[in-house]
Amino acid sequence: MGMEEVILRPRDAADLLEAVQASLARGMALEVVGRASKRALGRPVASNAQLDLSALAGVTLYEPEELVMRAGAATPLSEILRQLAEKGQELAFEPPDLGPLYGLAAGQGSIGGAFLCNLSGPRRFKAGAARDHLLGFRAVSGRGEAFKAGGRVVKNVTGYDLPKLLCGSFGTLAVASEVTFKVLPAAEKVRTLLLFGLDAAAAVRAMAEAAGSPHEVSGLAHLPAPLARASGVDLVRGSARSVTAIRVEGFGASVEARLSALRSWFSAHDLEELHSARSRDFWRELRDVAPLLEPADRALWRLSAPPMEAPRIVTALERLGGDCYLDWAGGLIWYRCAGAGAEAGPVRAALGGQGHAMLIRASRDERQSSEVFHPEAPAIRLLGQRIKDSFDPERILNRGRIWPE
Amino acid sequence: MSLKMPAAEAHALERREELIAGLRAILPAESVITEEIALRPFESDGLTAYRQLPMVAALPETTAQVSAILALCSELDIRVVPRGAGTSLSGGALPLADGLLLGMAKFNRVLDVDYDNRVAVVQPGVTNLGVTKAVEGRGFYYAPDPSSQIACTIGGNVAENSGGVHCLKYGLTTNNILGLEMVLMSGEVIRLGGRHLDQPGYDLLGLMTGSEGLLGVITEVTVRILKKPASARALLIGFSSSEAAGACVAAIIAAGIVPGGMEMMDRLAIHAAEAFCKAGYPLDVEALLIVELDGPEVEVDELIGRVRALAERAGSVSLRVSETEAERLAFWAGRKAAFPAVGRISPDYYCMDGTIPRHRLPEVLSRMGEMSRTYGLRVANVFHAGDGNLHPLILYDANQADELERAEAFGADILKLCVEVGGVLTGEHGVGVEKRDLMGTMFDETDLAHQERIKCAFDPRQRLNPGKVFPVLHNCAEMGRMHVRGGNLPFPDLPRF
Ligand SMILES: Cc1cc2nc3c(=O)[nH]c(=O)nc-3n(C[C@H](O)[C@H](O)[C@H](O)COP(=O)(O)OP(=O)(O)OC[C@H]3O[C@@H](n4cnc5c(N)ncnc54)[C@H](O)[C@@H]3O)c2cc1C
Repeated sequence: MGMEEVILRPRDAADLLEAVQASLARGMALEVVGRASKRALGRPVASNAQLDLSALAGVTLYEPEELVMRAGAATPLSEILRQLAEKGQELAFEPPDLGPLYGLAAGQGSIGGAFLCNLSGPRRFKAGAARDHLLGFRAVSGRGEAFKAGGRVVKNVTGYDLPKLLCGSFGTLAVASEVTFKVLPAAEKVRTLLLFGLDAAAAVRAMAEAAGSPHEVSGLAHLPAPLARASGVDLVRGSARSVTAIRVEGFGASVEARLSALRSWFSAHDLEELHSARSRDFWRELRDVAPLLEPADRALWRLSAPPMEAPRIVTALERLGGDCYLDWAGGLIWYRCAGAGAEAGPVRAALGGQGHAMLIRASRDERQSSEVFHPEAPAIRLLGQRIKDSFDPERILNRGRIWPE
Repeated sequence: MSLKMPAAEAHALERREELIAGLRAILPAESVITEEIALRPFESDGLTAYRQLPMVAALPETTAQVSAILALCSELDIRVVPRGAGTSLSGGALPLADGLLLGMAKFNRVLDVDYDNRVAVVQPGVTNLGVTKAVEGRGFYYAPDPSSQIACTIGGNVAENSGGVHCLKYGLTTNNILGLEMVLMSGEVIRLGGRHLDQPGYDLLGLMTGSEGLLGVITEVTVRILKKPASARALLIGFSSSEAAGACVAAIIAAGIVPGGMEMMDRLAIHAAEAFCKAGYPLDVEALLIVELDGPEVEVDELIGRVRALAERAGSVSLRVSETEAERLAFWAGRKAAFPAVGRISPDYYCMDGTIPRHRLPEVLSRMGEMSRTYGLRVANVFHAGDGNLHPLILYDANQADELERAEAFGADILKLCVEVGGVLTGEHGVGVEKRDLMGTMFDETDLAHQERIKCAFDPRQRLNPGKVFPVLHNCAEMGRMHVRGGNLPFPDLPRF
């Protein structure tokens, strides 16, 4: 820090190994960067050099009938999604594109970044998180050793599940060079049922009914009126009321049947329907946190709690000012503070001891001084530290990104 | 027994009485088992070729008791082997001669069912089926369904990351649990996750799942429950070659269909199953596929049509669609009873569990056929076709000299073949002691060391279930040491990168 920044740009996995070993030998701390779209996510990293992985890109294996893909860790997500779309497939966990949240262009993220930050979109409550889709990887740990874990098949219990550990490690354990992951068929058809005018409590109740139905609902979100008004989707924007959305995806006839069943279940409500294109736009907005993007200087939180706790938490957050919307049937609350201050204490207090909250966007100073990641119980924190020590004893990888160190 | 378990520790054997006294201070007398005859039932799990009486067994029923027991064993420096129902097929619950066997079967209560948040909180000794039984009144179920589900416990399922015939669509145990309470070897109780999704910090919940009892003792599990699909129907499709059946499976997936279940059986397995339970399987085919579709009735009807067309294009020689629920269950009855059915046509069988990339199936089956001739042992195949998880059942007779050894060598060759074609040693049964010494075929020393150090982070003195999973029991201090290779580097000019 304070020095002129050195950038290491390994051309391949062998280079990467050498770069980490050289850094280790020189006692240099590295900031690990894939495509630089999420550098502002997490605590600021204390480093002497940037490890730029952008050259480790490209899809090296794609077998649609085996539902598997392998790619360099810095392969642009946009490239992955393009290749999948050609075969009618997708990443079921709907990785969000957070670039615009940090003032960057859309479509900049890498596949490695999506897994390392364990970011998942609206389908998460049904289809699982990023961590449920990573099958295997190759990486260099902070010990300066190349290793591999997992495999290319979905069913694999050979040894510890290191792919799970890698997801959500924010580059603090190992630098992934290559990831192998599960892909799934994209739905033929998407429809969204909109319920207008519910308050948070009624919305959460309605979403629980939909989630507990046999209709395989794959999106459940609730936007209060002021946020609905800012949507790019006309039917949502024009409603002037809160919008509770229920997504149904799958084969044509099946979607029709399930939607009509849901329509009659909720027939007492004021209803509207989004067809495929508008549905996709709407859920993309929610996925990328578009409703809370502006003003860009406000701190932004992601809270995860049992869905039925959402009304209580929302009430507590509203008392702090700011705005929020619900995803994952209420299990996920996106909250934008009233000002630039992160308000970590009050926001976490709103959880009432349930779930956890992560500061997703805030100024560098705020991220330096606040606990960005939810504080863990001491025994769990200690385990985490020991795991960190086992992979990166000299703490050269993304030092300080998760905890102050 | 050809397998080498960690040598018994003299100090542990000497402290047996001390351990018993300590346990009696924590547990009621009947929960501390010391007599040989009462220890017998614990001497092996589902991998019956290996047997070992534990030094002592304890049957706690509260988390506080587990915590006190582990603290006691830490203090006395005695090894502990956790056990659920003992159905592990990899010897994960095989006792140690100098160790305490910690039986978790008394943790058998469903603590809470929360339909609104769609979770159930259960103790680890509840059986897998017990979870579904607790919620099915309201039309819910717990998705992972190992064939052993009547007996196996949810704690064992978490420890093994168990799967079942429905995990192609609904995921394995790891995708269906949200929270755990567990006790570390030190006696410390921790909670991971809860009724919410995801965790801050490292994914310890993911790490615990499939950790085979080496990292902690699970004392409570929060599982996700799902509403039962509105309808389900199955197709029973016969093929004259496994290639054709394999091609059909690939075509179904390529068409964007992810069936609720998709299972394959080979000729020997079909005949054994049919003889055992008269499921109505065709006997003149080489491979049989069961494809189950679930969801709304219109969807199931539509997909049945699509799968039928794909099967015919792939050259199916027989095809039946279940018209009633009884018929659907009959289709499954043969598959679900495949293990015992094979048990009827052979004195003993040895169940393997490799996973392969699906398209390598024909090659793997043909090489398995060659091995079968070389080893002079028959093999029946049942196969989770959708996800490439093979269960070759090697038929042998333990009373014949060297047949067990041959069966084990044959099994090891099959697993090496799985790895060779890009697959893995175990899809759902775990490494345990069974595949421990084969880990080197899949992972090199560096790969393994990165895993073993996790064990050290949780249990630095390697008291919990040692001798499982890892071929060599390394000393943790040794493992942690850094070998800075960069020190020998020609110090490359950094900007070169
Ligand atoms: C006929 C048959 C069919 C089977 N079918 C399937 C199948 O379809 N799919 C599948 O995945 N498996 C299957 N299995 C394997 C087996 O049933 C599973 O591995 C099961 O999860 C084991 O559960 P258990 O309660 O019997 O555990 P055990 O056998 O008692 O123990 C298994 C492992 O878990 C550990 N363990 C148990 N309880 C705890 C706890 N509370 N805390 C920490 N560690 C613990 C043990 O130390 C051991 O390492 C089958 C087995 C049989 C015999």
